[in-house]
Amino acid sequence: MTDLLREYLPILIFLGLATAMACVMIGASWLVGPKNPDPEKLSAYECGFDAFEDARGRFDVRFYLVSILFIIFDLEVAFLFPWAVSLSEIGQFGFWSMVVFLSVLTVGFVYEWRKGALEWE
Amino acid sequence: MILQTLAFYLFAAVLLASAVMVIASRNPVHSVLFLILAFFNAAGLFVLIGAEFLAMILVVVYVGAVAVLFLFVVMMLDINLTELRQGFLQYLPVGALIGLVLAIELIFVVTGWQLSPELAGMAQAPASGLVEHSNTAQLGEILYTRYAFLFQGAGVILLIAMMGAIVLTLRHRDIKRQKISRQVAQKPGDTIEIRKIRPGEGV
Repeated sequence: MTDLLREYLPILIFLGLATAMACVMIGASWLVGPKNPDPEKLSAYECGFDAFEDARGRFDVRFYLVSILFIIFDLEVAFLFPWAVSLSEIGQFGFWSMVVFLSVLTVGFVYEWRKGALEWE
Repeated sequence: MILQTLAFYLFAAVLLASAVMVIASRNPVHSVLFLILAFFNAAGLFVLIGAEFLAMILVVVYVGAVAVLFLFVVMMLDINLTELRQGFLQYLPVGALIGLVLAIELIFVVTGWQLSPELAGMAQAPASGLVEHSNTAQLGEILYTRYAFLFQGAGVILLIAMMGAIVLTLRHRDIKRQKISRQVAQKPGDTIEIRKIRPGEGV
């Protein structure tokens, strides 16, 4: 096993433990808990009255806009990591390469700010 | 070594099972959740072959952002399952054709090296495999210099995606912004008028 994988071993153990614990909790409550189903018990509980509508309503398109803008800046940050790690190796050209990349995305940021895409109401 | 092999088979098996569930489950929201599970297992496989950075990007970008976007899209569509199934036979030829093309491409990816050995030389900048450099540093050393053009291309594509999303989805509403300078510059005399009104008389 390489050193890299040895560093990740605790995460694997953690994942295994988390899975086992979740299975035990759900399985135990499923096995041990009393089950007397009843139409009233199984219906959606909405504070004393019948549910007005289906919970699976349609989402506003604005959520989509916010999340797609989030993805773009998420990717921008993802590109920054290897750049920061190898900044001493890549020299001037690598530095300015990233500056150009950031300024292209800043153009988009200014555009979305001016358009009011970040405003909610 | 045995643990590594076991982990590989575990991740690969869960990945394949959840990928099957993505297309087999009836509820689209469950499909997206299985997709997230598939992403996590793919990240595990990336870690096993030493591609640390890709694994973390898969978790941060795909699980953290793309899967959430998919959930929003699924919830935004008013999904009626019976309607979805109606067009099945109609779309079957096109779907089968696309599937066939993808299958052929996959076969070429796997067996292309056998067909013509010189293809192996076309793989640019193979992983140097130097132990003293981490995976992230190796990527950084070539991404911003050797592949600077592709990197800038990625930036322009992201810019276009941002503008496209805004143009397509932003319905222009009246946005009332707070103008602090105007609020501060406001004088009492601009908005308030004080009048003496004697009893029994109107304004």
